[in-house]
Amino acid sequence: MHIVVCIKQVPDSAQIRVHPVTNTIMRQGVPAIINPFDLFALEEALRLKDKYGARVTVMSMGPAQAEEAMKKALSFGANDAILVSDKIFAGADTLATSYALAAAIRKLDETRPVDIVFTGKQTIDGDTAQVGPGLAIRLNAQLLTYVSKIRGIDAATREIVVERRAEGGVQVLASKMPCVVTMLEGSNEMRFATMPDMFRAARFDVQHWNRDAAGIEDIKQVGLKGSPTVVAKVFAPSPKAVKAEMIPGETPAAQCTALVDRLFAEHPKLAADLLKHLDSLNHSPEAAR
Amino acid sequence: MSETVSEKFDAIVVGAGPAGNAAAYTLAKAGLAVLQIERGEYPGSKNVQGAILYSHALEAIIPDFRDSAPLERHIVEQRMWLLDESTSYTGAHFRSEEFNKPPYNRYTIIRARFDKWFSQQVRDAGALVICETTVTGLLKNEAGKVIGVRTERENGDILADVVILADGVNSLVGQRAGLRPDIAPKDAALAVKEILFLPKEVIEQRFNVSGSQGVVIEIAGSITGGMLGTAFLYTNKDSLAIGVGCILEDMKKQKMTPAELLERVKRHPAIRPLIEGGEMKEYAAHLIPEGGYNALPQLYGDGWVMVGDSAGFVNAIHREGSNLAMTTGRIAAETVIELKTAGKPFSAANLAAYKARLDDSFVMKDLKKYAEAPDMLLDNPHMLGMYPDFLARSAQTMLTVDGIDKRAKQREILARLKQKRSLWGIIGDAYKFWRAFK
Ligand SMILES: Cc1cc2nc3c(=O)[nH]c(=O)nc-3n(C[C@H](O)[C@H](O)[C@H](O)COP(=O)(O)OP(=O)(O)OC[C@H]3O[C@@H](n4cnc5c(N)ncnc54)[C@H](O)[C@@H]3O)c2cc1C
Repeated sequence: MHIVVCIKQVPDSAQIRVHPVTNTIMRQGVPAIINPFDLFALEEALRLKDKYGARVTVMSMGPAQAEEAMKKALSFGANDAILVSDKIFAGADTLATSYALAAAIRKLDETRPVDIVFTGKQTIDGDTAQVGPGLAIRLNAQLLTYVSKIRGIDAATREIVVERRAEGGVQVLASKMPCVVTMLEGSNEMRFATMPDMFRAARFDVQHWNRDAAGIEDIKQVGLKGSPTVVAKVFAPSPKAVKAEMIPGETPAAQCTALVDRLFAEHPKLAADLLKHLDSLNHSPEAAR
Repeated sequence: MSETVSEKFDAIVVGAGPAGNAAAYTLAKAGLAVLQIERGEYPGSKNVQGAILYSHALEAIIPDFRDSAPLERHIVEQRMWLLDESTSYTGAHFRSEEFNKPPYNRYTIIRARFDKWFSQQVRDAGALVICETTVTGLLKNEAGKVIGVRTERENGDILADVVILADGVNSLVGQRAGLRPDIAPKDAALAVKEILFLPKEVIEQRFNVSGSQGVVIEIAGSITGGMLGTAFLYTNKDSLAIGVGCILEDMKKQKMTPAELLERVKRHPAIRPLIEGGEMKEYAAHLIPEGGYNALPQLYGDGWVMVGDSAGFVNAIHREGSNLAMTTGRIAAETVIELKTAGKPFSAANLAAYKARLDDSFVMKDLKKYAEAPDMLLDNPHMLGMYPDFLARSAQTMLTVDGIDKRAKQREILARLKQKRSLWGIIGDAYKFWRAFK
């Protein structure tokens, strides 16, 4: 079984700041990490490796620096890493990204047939959740989104059974392979790499595939040229100017009462709901006991 | 419990700060099999410095570092200010065209970037660098010789002929292995620092510089509320580094938090206009080992040596640390290479050559010179506000950090000052001060 996990290196959004004057996003000096959602995909793939002896290849389209992310994925136990990297890929939106990645996966498939492609649910910098579905369409593979668990794989029938989080419940789906799986966050926890795996990753020669290696013929489909998305403006919501107010009162208890009175006066519905809720609690069997 | 990795190394370096990087680079360049282990996410992710880089120490390791290292500004002007609590200041400024001639003597750097660059040089030289991995202890054989390290990872015991401890001021590894005591509160300064983002043009205007020129402001006086300590303000390309540090014992006594102290410095009318509008990018707190010569622990033993902050190599009087870290790292590595080449074992007796080399260098000469200063200043906190004139005249010479020992430099300054000696007068405080700094 051959599994490809698509990962992306993203700026650690927890460390991005907004410039107070220009209101623009300051990316400078922000460390790069593996898109946190992708880690769930990678861990799930590694579990299939442990269970079925699958081979796991991580793939990313990105600049040369993304090699750091590839090495990290290798340290967790991935067998191989391919960085699809070419100047002409710069400025790609989700359409162009899925085009380039699909081409590379098809290329890889020629030498080692691919059974499952994993992606994270979405990235933290784009938040579109479009690359996974885009890959499925382009690869003509089954699409399983928001997967929270892989129940099992039958190698003989080439069937995979997964749990998918849907509105109001969990669906259990069976699908043929090859398929594309986008993993939901919180579905597992990334393992702690062993020392020998750390050594292996540090020494690993990550393959760099340019557009030729990835088998891309139509360069109008990749990079900025292949990207119909236009980012008109990036801005942070302007902070609301709300005046701080001191609640007077002799004791903390008196201050609290004054605060609650004020809140209820300003939000009568909240007060009513809360009272109703408290009322129902008082009449519950537990309260009666 | 933990299994040993089958691969054995000539040397393991613990920590990827300036000391560890200098050691690992020097060893790898000489062709030794080197493993370097760093607990941070990447080298520099946890490291804090003002930060002034003194060229000479790095030049001795990577002569052409200026071609590729991420340097912020070269220093053309040094200001030494004595700030009172909240109203006024006196100070001296030195600006010299000598400092404006390449190759430059000092630069401001941002450690997170600099350490990353340095680490890349280490990797390129052939060392195996493993991050996000904490060394939890040292492996010893029955005879008590250090034979490797233990890490928190599965199969994480690794063997080596010699272990270089470059794990910084807290050096838990050294402490746990009983190689050095915990650092005493009187020997450690707690320093906090912020990076404030400001447009390049604003910095150039406010500090009267252009191009890659930069300014350093070193601050002492009653701004630290009677605690022994200093503050600083350095110019980066498009940010300012501002920080303050005081001896931990004093801070405990005065129940002052470092954050409060830094706010006080930032509010001071001498500082406020310089940093106005700066957007805070980074806030960090870190210890500095300031005990000096008298607080140095045992520096080597069977199978191990200690370098940089982990051994307390900081010249607090001159605010030098990273250059001592790099120099001790380099000298330790050179000692190891020499023993390895000669086929000699890494016994304590053989590694004593490390200490002997250090004694011969500016590192030990400078630390010895100021051996009494930390305690004297601690007992006479008012001293730090004295003799600005002397500092003024000495600064140009003394601040040119180039690996020449400070005593030689001082002879030069003394000759210059001798005619004016009557101005100084001989008072008790001055005598004490002189004794500690002679
Ligand atoms: C606020 C401030 C300002 C300063 N300003 C200056 C200045 O302007 N100029 C100057 O020259 N010096 C300055 N110094 C001092 C200077 O920063 C230090 O002397 C220098 O960083 C020491 O280098 P080092 O490599 O010994 O230690 P560090 O830089 O502290 O590096 C130690 C490394 O070891 C790693 N480590 C620790 N424990 C473990 C473990 N168990 N396993 C694996 N890795 C571990 C740490 O993560 C760290 O990366 C300043 C210090 C401070 C705090």
